[in-house]
Amino acid sequence: RENEQRARKRKMRLLTHNMLSSNIKGVANGFPLRIEVEKVVEKQVDFNADFLKNMFAKIEWKALVDASRSMGYSELPGDANPAMLDSDDFLQKFHHALLELHLEEGALVCPETGRKFPVNKGIPNMLLHEDEV
Amino acid sequence: MPSRTAQIRFVSSHPEVYEPCDDSFALVDALLADRTNLLEHRPTLCMEIGCGSGYIITSLALILGQEANGAYYMATDINPHAVKVTRETLDAHGVDAELITTDIASGLARRLAGLVDVIVVNPPYVPTPEEEVGRGGIASAWAGGENGRSVIDKILPIADILLSDKGWLYMVTLTANSPSDICRQMRQKGYASRIVLQRSTEEESLHIVKFWRDFDTQGAASDIYSVKKTGHANLVESLLSQCSQLSFWRHNNGNSS
Repeated sequence: RENEQRARKRKMRLLTHNMLSSNIKGVANGFPLRIEVEKVVEKQVDFNADFLKNMFAKIEWKALVDASRSMGYSELPGDANPAMLDSDDFLQKFHHALLELHLEEGALVCPETGRKFPVNKGIPNMLLHEDEV
Repeated sequence: MPSRTAQIRFVSSHPEVYEPCDDSFALVDALLADRTNLLEHRPTLCMEIGCGSGYIITSLALILGQEANGAYYMATDINPHAVKVTRETLDAHGVDAELITTDIASGLARRLAGLVDVIVVNPPYVPTPEEEVGRGGIASAWAGGENGRSVIDKILPIADILLSDKGWLYMVTLTANSPSDICRQMRQKGYASRIVLQRSTEEESLHIVKFWRDFDTQGAASDIYSVKKTGHANLVESLLSQCSQLSFWRHNNGNSS
């Protein structure tokens, strides 16, 4: 597994995906958004164990697992619990999935309506049309 | 060698995007003045609502550091040009933030509720006719409707949702926005507040307000602050006459820095 070294530009990370939900009027549960990948980039990001341990409680684990698989990374365990944070191997995988898989081009899809929120140059556009507000 | 704050010569621009001005500089100066407290606070998730040129979020990231320091930055703007410009500004300074094009925090608030440790906002605070609010384009940077409060009053309850127990909110206001009224409303939601920086021009005063949850004093505030409506009519007229141009604040902006 190789990290592509490019210009410093970074794109949408899975931590952000884990915090996004469909904001369309009438949608009961818009989380998680399904990822349609056109371009994934892997970027090296500094490792901080405290940050990961801090974030762990806030992450929806299954959404992260599914999202990372759609980005081509299958190393995350299907289930996770806080005890695993003592394992460096687990932390490295968590770090990689959460922060180093970047979606550059693609879309985030509302799980209820199928509406696509485009991601261009790593920026998701969540602006709604008038009839969706 | 990284600079303490964003540098104007590296800030990107676009005709539809608000360029850094006295209000931006004031907010960043307030963050710099609070730097020691912020570093001790060890925020994890930091967010800017309405990132414009990216000057403020870039400065915040320079002040607090990146992943090595355990911080993660997010910024939103309703103007897609602003989001693009912010990306360029971040890149030019070698710092990073996650950017989302959205209205305030739409699409984020549900999952980020109670998780954000620092929010910074330089809102559209200029008193304008209501119709000018939410028109899109560059006017979204300043058009604030009646008393310049339309967008501020939308942002505050959302900030309340987003902020963690230890969360801090820094916001730019004008005297015309009645900051004491804003503080009173926030007090009723359980926030203490302090004007951390004040800067006056001939026409107006900027007040950078810091809010934090104050668990010792809950419940409704007494009527210490009464909202006074005297004297604002002339002020609003004067502000409106200057509103048509971005140069509302830039009376002396050679923009060298």
